[in-house]
Amino acid sequence: MAWLMAILQTLLFIGLAPLLSGWIKRVKCRLQNRKAPSLFQPYRDLRKLYRKQPIVPQPASWIFRAAPYIVFASTVLAAATVPLVAIHLPTARIADVIVLVGFFALGRMFLVLAGMDIGTAFGGMGSSREMTISSLAEPAMLMAVFTLAMSAHTTNLSQAVNFVLDSGLVLRPSFVFALGGLILVAIAETGRIPVDNPATHLELTMIHEAMILEYSGRWLALIEWASQIKLMLYGVLIANIFFPWGIAQTFSLNALALGLGMIALKLAVLAVMLALSEVLFAKMRIFRVQEYLSFAYLLSVLGMLSHIILEAAR
Amino acid sequence: MALLLAGISVLAALLSSVASLAAGPNGLAWHGMLWWMQKTPFRPVQRGERLTPGRFSRLARTTPFLLLGVSGGFAVTAGMIALLGGGTRTATLPFGLPWLNWHLALDPLAGFFFCILGIPLIAASLFGPGYVREFEHGKHTLSVLGLFTGLFVAGMELVLLADDAFLFMIAWELMSVASYFLVAYQHEHATNRRAAFLYLLMAEIGAIAIILAFGVLAGFAGGLTFEALRSVALTPLWASIAFVLALAGFGMKAGLVPLHAWLPEAHPAAPSHISALMSGVMLKIAVYGFIRFAFDLLPSLFWQWGVLVLLIGSASAVLGILYALQQQNLKRLLAYSSVENIGIIFTALGLSLIFQSSGNSQLGTLGLVAALLHSLNHALFKSLLFLGAGAILHQTHEHSLENMGGLIHRMPKLAALFLIGTLSIAALPPFNGFVSEWLIFQTALQAGGIQSGILRSLIPTASAVLALTSALAATCFVKVYGVAFLGLPRSRHIARAREVRHPGMLAGPSLLAAFCVLFGVLPTPLINALGSLTQPLTGFVLPNISALGWLWLTPVSPEVAAYSPALVLLGTVAVGWLCYYLLYRRTGLEPRRAEPWDCGFGGLTARTQYTSGAFSMPIRRIFEPVFDTCETVEEQTEGPANTRVTGLRYHFQVLDRAWLVLYEPSGRAVTRLARRVGRLQAGNIRTYLGYSFFTLIVLLWVVS
Amino acid sequence: MGFAGLSLYSQAVLLLAGLIALTSFLMLGQSRLVRLVLVFAIQGILLAATTAVVAGVLDFPHLYISAGLSFLLKGILIPIMLHRMIYRLGLHRELDTIEHPARVMMGGAFLVVFSYYVSLPVVAHSPLVTLNAVAVSLAVVLLGMLLMITRRQAVAHVVGFMSIENGLFFAAVVSTYGMPMVVELGIAADVLVAAVVFGVFFFQIRESIDSLDVDRLSKLSEADKP
Repeated sequence: MAWLMAILQTLLFIGLAPLLSGWIKRVKCRLQNRKAPSLFQPYRDLRKLYRKQPIVPQPASWIFRAAPYIVFASTVLAAATVPLVAIHLPTARIADVIVLVGFFALGRMFLVLAGMDIGTAFGGMGSSREMTISSLAEPAMLMAVFTLAMSAHTTNLSQAVNFVLDSGLVLRPSFVFALGGLILVAIAETGRIPVDNPATHLELTMIHEAMILEYSGRWLALIEWASQIKLMLYGVLIANIFFPWGIAQTFSLNALALGLGMIALKLAVLAVMLALSEVLFAKMRIFRVQEYLSFAYLLSVLGMLSHIILEAAR
Repeated sequence: MALLLAGISVLAALLSSVASLAAGPNGLAWHGMLWWMQKTPFRPVQRGERLTPGRFSRLARTTPFLLLGVSGGFAVTAGMIALLGGGTRTATLPFGLPWLNWHLALDPLAGFFFCILGIPLIAASLFGPGYVREFEHGKHTLSVLGLFTGLFVAGMELVLLADDAFLFMIAWELMSVASYFLVAYQHEHATNRRAAFLYLLMAEIGAIAIILAFGVLAGFAGGLTFEALRSVALTPLWASIAFVLALAGFGMKAGLVPLHAWLPEAHPAAPSHISALMSGVMLKIAVYGFIRFAFDLLPSLFWQWGVLVLLIGSASAVLGILYALQQQNLKRLLAYSSVENIGIIFTALGLSLIFQSSGNSQLGTLGLVAALLHSLNHALFKSLLFLGAGAILHQTHEHSLENMGGLIHRMPKLAALFLIGTLSIAALPPFNGFVSEWLIFQTALQAGGIQSGILRSLIPTASAVLALTSALAATCFVKVYGVAFLGLPRSRHIARAREVRHPGMLAGPSLLAAFCVLFGVLPTPLINALGSLTQPLTGFVLPNISALGWLWLTPVSPEVAAYSPALVLLGTVAVGWLCYYLLYRRTGLEPRRAEPWDCGFGGLTARTQYTSGAFSMPIRRIFEPVFDTCETVEEQTEGPANTRVTGLRYHFQVLDRAWLVLYEPSGRAVTRLARRVGRLQAGNIRTYLGYSFFTLIVLLWVVS
Repeated sequence: MGFAGLSLYSQAVLLLAGLIALTSFLMLGQSRLVRLVLVFAIQGILLAATTAVVAGVLDFPHLYISAGLSFLLKGILIPIMLHRMIYRLGLHRELDTIEHPARVMMGGAFLVVFSYYVSLPVVAHSPLVTLNAVAVSLAVVLLGMLLMITRRQAVAHVVGFMSIENGLFFAAVVSTYGMPMVVELGIAADVLVAAVVFGVFFFQIRESIDSLDVDRLSKLSEADKP
């Protein structure tokens, strides 16, 4: 029964991800005084891509063809482990938050290999920049996660959310800093402004797009969907770990409905904040990203230090 | 029984030396065959001749490796019996000094390291016969190679079996000197000679440190056997001195920063299957020595030692992978990556020492288990990568990544095996590299239980460094795989490379790849088997490791952390296949080949791809203080006022900063000291007579 | 008992302590003087908020006055004075680049751990729970000194000096629940006078060496330069 709930939650997760992207685009367009596309446009884009014939570049090998499936599968598995509507689901025990980072790394590695498989300068450039950014972002993210894990005494996401729920309203400095660090890392990892512009046409400014430049048809649809799921994943992580009130702790229909409503509300608010920051800030030069990520790392380290200095019982 | 098998394993290794010596072109068997052919001149030579020279040379090549493979098989069997059975088996051999016979012992720790030795040995002996064929008609005989390989393996096995300090040191020296000859095998190149000399020098300095460490213990104890050394009572000062000496000696052999400089020189110089054994097995023998000394022989542990080991391990990990990223020579890159992984192992050992000395045996055991597991995993995937590099070298004679490319189309089977090695070393789920790193993170996360606040802030910082290391390792090996195997070939001989044909050269790496996947997907039975190992060392067996069954890994308890790699693999395959079925089979749209996007300019060649140095350039810029980079750009210009650039040459070289900071000043200091001491040799005969006169007077005075 | 067992006010004090430490780090990393003064103003405002919260917990009315005073002085008056000085000296266009920001930041983190280590015996003997923040206040003092060492512009030195005083004030608020009013007023007056005197000095330095780069003050030494 619980496994069925878990599978349903995963399907809901991956089904709602394009809707979140549509909402972000809509808010951004409104802020830029443009006419926004429909909220369901991403679904239509995905359907259009499925029906097109994919093209394989000449130098590509089987890795190019297999990578979209592996990327999508690892992202879906990551979505299965993060609590969206309810906690205490059995899939949360398959992987903890460190394994979650590992899932992202697996998807990223195959995407980077596919970028190198094309044999052009763009693929190599996107791959090189993506790996550089992720190698700086991963320590910051793991440090933020450690701060959380040291307070909650667990790395299991379900148990961590449970711990925060049970504690009530507590103003932990370490959580404030970890939240800041995680937000900065999330922007870097999902490739939004100010780290990477997802809507750019200029190849020399691309990071994520340059790796997937040659993808088309159903493969591009899978990769696009996977990046939308990843954005929603980071949003759900931020919302449900630091502000988990409303999430269902039992499987009753009332609790689940409340959980769904609350997470939708939290994601909508986070999307508005993201759209605001995308409109207000400009994209950074690539070698400025290291300062940005070291600031994120500094916040995470401060979080950990304030946990030890200010919070831990002596 | 297990000891007998281990003994047979050592004998098999020694026999392989003898066999290769005998089978060489000047060897006994060759002379024997010539004598036999001469003795019977009327025998028809075309048909029915069972022993043709071609067949003979193949037999001569294969027999030593067959014996090595037998040795490996017995080693694995002996190791597994010792590990699973528990308890210690001892024996005494009548060799050695009259009052100190050789003591042998096989306990679970040694048994585990026998398994670590045996599996890469079997893989290397499968790989060997095809690989050494190119040395057959070279400048050096195969017999020398085979002789020292056998001695090397025998030395390593005797180190594991040794139960007294004397046999330990003899076997250690045998291992070092035999591998010196292996590194110097192709000594016509000056770089190989220099590398071998550096290796021997540092190995001997390390051996002196180890002898001194044993000497400190033996000075307070009654004898040299490990039994006697265990029961000694040391003051903290002497224990710390012994520990630091042991860390220096074993660390030098393992390749810890800053004593690592021999690794990136020696490993590329040796033949590839030897590099696989050196990197995969010999470094782990050094780890075994350190664990034996610190956890078994020393009476008590102090947390300051753990902090020292943790700091050195973290520094080695980060510096090793940063230097690996900047290498173009494939084998040199793999050598620096070994430095990084040894750093990770020592980080785990440092955590274990800190927890164990604070009284928290459960976490100390967890750290030790993580270190041992990473030793096994590294032996598997590093040997796989070195054998793969050897196969590339064998087929294309190419060292440098800058000239490779597109090998996945020319050598698809090797590319698939190398991919498994790459995914394992990059610590990605569900492969084995991820399991051991996950365990190290879990150990570090339990730091909340420690009293001292300083340690509680140091340990998460060390784990952040570990996170940086694993992210950089993924970058490095994506670079290796992407530049070597994917894209377009960057030189003509790579474009014409052919797949490896000898079945053994594919069988060896396949065995290692299978074990990588197996230990990644089912780590829990393996960790359960380590229970008998940790009991005598730390006094604890992990209770909850399989609390949820054999599919799940729960190091501390199911509520704290749980991971099921088998379900992860199942989930990934299921979702991937489902997408493939729904998207491809149902729509039936076949993909079409076309040219990649070239901005409308056309003329994309292999030269416009990213090179290996270009891939790692952002890391080079960001971590600039760590490297010692010299970059030169040469322009060829023509035209009025030299404004038209017709050619551009970019050259960069990254030197190891440890040379500038540590090695060259030490070398200069030693030379200066030697010159001062050399003044004793004045060359004047009267001075020498004066020395003898003086010595005579002193002796007479002492005797009286 | 743990963190969750503390009252909301105590948690707020510790949270504000963490944020004050963050502002110290931010000041270390700022290369523009205008933003440096802005972060210093934020630090002053946070300090005033802490004083107000402590006043609310203990119901000491004089601490409210202290909070208001520090808000006016450190959050508004002194930053405005520094701001005007920067614009008058034309320094708002200059960049005070730090040579190795990573090393400075690592040094800062080390100072935080060190001040925690040093204040361990102090905290162990006291029943007050918010005494944990003493480590943070010592860290702010040390970070202020680090700011003075790593900067070349004289205005940054003033900000560092003020930040040291902020740290001492924070320590007083957190450990003894405020200083006597007289001492408070005296210190505030001292700080104001110091700011005015600094301003006068800046113009004098500028006239002598035509810049406010303190490294160039060594031109005034008597020794022969090769």
